[in-house]
Amino acid sequence: MEKTYNLLFAGVGGQGSLLIAELTSIAASNSQYDVKQTEVHGVSQRGGSVETHVRFGAKVYSPIVSPGEADVVIALEKLEALRFAHYADQENGVIIVNDYEIIPGSVTDAEKTYPRQAISFLQEKGLQVIPLPASKIAHDLGDGRMANVVMLGALSTMLPFPEESWPKVLQLRLPKRYLEGNLKAFESGRQTVREKQSV
Amino acid sequence: MRELLLGNQAIARGAWEAGVTFASGYPGTPSTEIIETLAARFSETNPRWSTNEKVAFEEGMGAAIGGRRVLVTMKHVGLNVAADAFMVFPYSGTNGGFVVVSADDPGMHSSQNEQDNRYLAKMGKVPVLEPSDAQECRDFIIAGFEISEQYQTPVMLRTTTRLAHHKGLVETGARKDVQQKEFVPDPKRFSVPIYRKLRRPIVEDRLRAIQEFAETSPLNFIEKNKGEIGFITSGISYQYVKEIMPEADILRLGITFPLPPNLIRDFCSRYETVYVVEEGEPFIEEYARSLGMSNLVGKDLFGVIGEYSPGRLKQALSGKPIPQPFSEGINLLPRPPMMCIGCGHRTVFSALRQLKVTVSGDIGCYTMGALPPYEAEHTTFCMGASIGIAVGLEHAGHERVVAVIGDSTFIHAGIPPLIDAVYNGSNLTLVILDNSATGMTGAQPNPSSGKDVLGREAPKLDLVKIVQAAGVEHVKVVDTWQRKDIFQALNKAVAYSGPAVVIAQGPCQQLPEMKRRSIIPFYVEEDLCTQCEACFKVWCPAIKRTEKDFPVIVANECTACTVCAQICPTDAICLADPALVN
Repeated sequence: MEKTYNLLFAGVGGQGSLLIAELTSIAASNSQYDVKQTEVHGVSQRGGSVETHVRFGAKVYSPIVSPGEADVVIALEKLEALRFAHYADQENGVIIVNDYEIIPGSVTDAEKTYPRQAISFLQEKGLQVIPLPASKIAHDLGDGRMANVVMLGALSTMLPFPEESWPKVLQLRLPKRYLEGNLKAFESGRQTVREKQSV
Repeated sequence: MRELLLGNQAIARGAWEAGVTFASGYPGTPSTEIIETLAARFSETNPRWSTNEKVAFEEGMGAAIGGRRVLVTMKHVGLNVAADAFMVFPYSGTNGGFVVVSADDPGMHSSQNEQDNRYLAKMGKVPVLEPSDAQECRDFIIAGFEISEQYQTPVMLRTTTRLAHHKGLVETGARKDVQQKEFVPDPKRFSVPIYRKLRRPIVEDRLRAIQEFAETSPLNFIEKNKGEIGFITSGISYQYVKEIMPEADILRLGITFPLPPNLIRDFCSRYETVYVVEEGEPFIEEYARSLGMSNLVGKDLFGVIGEYSPGRLKQALSGKPIPQPFSEGINLLPRPPMMCIGCGHRTVFSALRQLKVTVSGDIGCYTMGALPPYEAEHTTFCMGASIGIAVGLEHAGHERVVAVIGDSTFIHAGIPPLIDAVYNGSNLTLVILDNSATGMTGAQPNPSSGKDVLGREAPKLDLVKIVQAAGVEHVKVVDTWQRKDIFQALNKAVAYSGPAVVIAQGPCQQLPEMKRRSIIPFYVEEDLCTQCEACFKVWCPAIKRTEKDFPVIVANECTACTVCAQICPTDAICLADPALVN
């Protein structure tokens, strides 16, 4: 338990990045880690850029992750991956990106100027970027909104918690009628990232 | 028991454990979750949303003088509204324990200024506690009530955004059963300003006693380490110092007013250099300097503007830059927040933009009317200011000025300026965006909702009658999603000679009942669509573009507000068949 894990969740308000960050914190707490989490509430949640920091380890002081120190950046959207990529540890950090675009609604001409090449741009910088079609996977499973849980499944393969501890965590926060679908989404995220990594 | 709690939830938990039986506040980031948590989990504390912070504070004062333990919550600028009561309460002092939470917002994540309310506390002679994590949020509230009752003083618990909005593991306890104290009416204490002179020395004596307490209180402590480098810190900054300077000696101040002179002098004398790390203004630093300490490094190095973080402090101490966002060679588009899908404010701001009027705005989601695509809000200052500013602009010779205010903000601070505008013969045009909620902070109920904080039925305030009673004759109530009606009502109100009010009505999409309702979404019939682009001008985030440049409505995002269907000249936007919608 010596190492303190630094995670940065990024997304667009409404995508549920806060929810998967919280599930990760609960999982850490259940595995007897000290844990801290932080996000900014209020107006930024209205379709704006949302970031949540999670840190866990033997003893955690700051809830904030410093730029350049995140073990994993979990981005639910491409532009947000770009915005928070500098948080990743430039040598050992991983950026998992949902290969999905949400055009900023209150920026003039955003449709034309959106940085569609964000993923390759970050890869060219030497960062370890893992693009996942999380929204597509979730959509194929019946509800595109579960993209966040697909991403959580992918993240879970990089965390030191037992695999069997996750369903209980998901149960805690997800309404019963959505649980089955989300468990599938979670598993699908795990599988997909494993396949990607073994290539 | 150990629970993962938000700083604000831990404050609520601590208040419940401390035996609070009255809690009041007005929603404001980053303080809102305190009253919300009390309502959701600890209704024995009798939580309420008051109409504004001054009212919340005075109700709390009354309950505390009446012998109860009382928690009052607000954001930093809320204390400005409550300042009249806040400044005078220490003179009488309290009977039951009284703690007011001031949630400061360095970095202005959701605020119109950065103000450090420790200065207000100093001015009001109110002791200040600053917890450093979620656990201490719970512990310090409990300690705050002890201090409050022991010294018969109101106590301020100062938080900052990151403390209020971080989660940590909190060891909790049982609720304490606190006996209500007896209220003995005493005009010399609670009444008649002429007697206040007699209370004045008591305020000073009390502060001296608390200062003495602060010298030895466990809320202030020293952590000895290698003995080479010293840090004085308070609040969440303590965690950042622990994080980046694990070998430093630390004086952690949990009581930041009144400050303990001997403790500070003694600590500073041990090191060549002492760093002072505190979010906000150099409150501790200035005091330490006033004691003659000259080996201090504080705001000159760490800066006074914005929020602190471990990265920022590390950069300041090491001189090495921390990684910055990748913005060279790529377009790192900003993503500012925007009005929700189906938000009733959209039609109003479209009309205001079209009418080319000057708009004095107010505090609420509608500040986003200043951003593209609307760019139809020209001033925003503080709660209720829209009306006074509009009256002043009119007086300064500007025609076609429209004040825009939400229902909650109108009830909070908009009624006196409306009465004033009518009384002094202004030609005011006012739009009240009535969405029956305090929207920006998360759709809390207010007097126009017909519900209280616990979800119980409450009398629904009649805004039309209020406006009419103020003397406004031209009052028009319009369904906010009827774009033509909104435009016409605004156009007429602007042209009207004399004060005119338009009430744009429609519930906030963030209200639980709005989120829960089943929606039959609209869809685009491509055969009928002429690709005229009119629907894109609604700027609804649920309307996307297909590869062939047709509009497409994201079914599970559509709120069926009908605005795009109203604008479509060929009726290509249709209501989906309910049978096809799950």
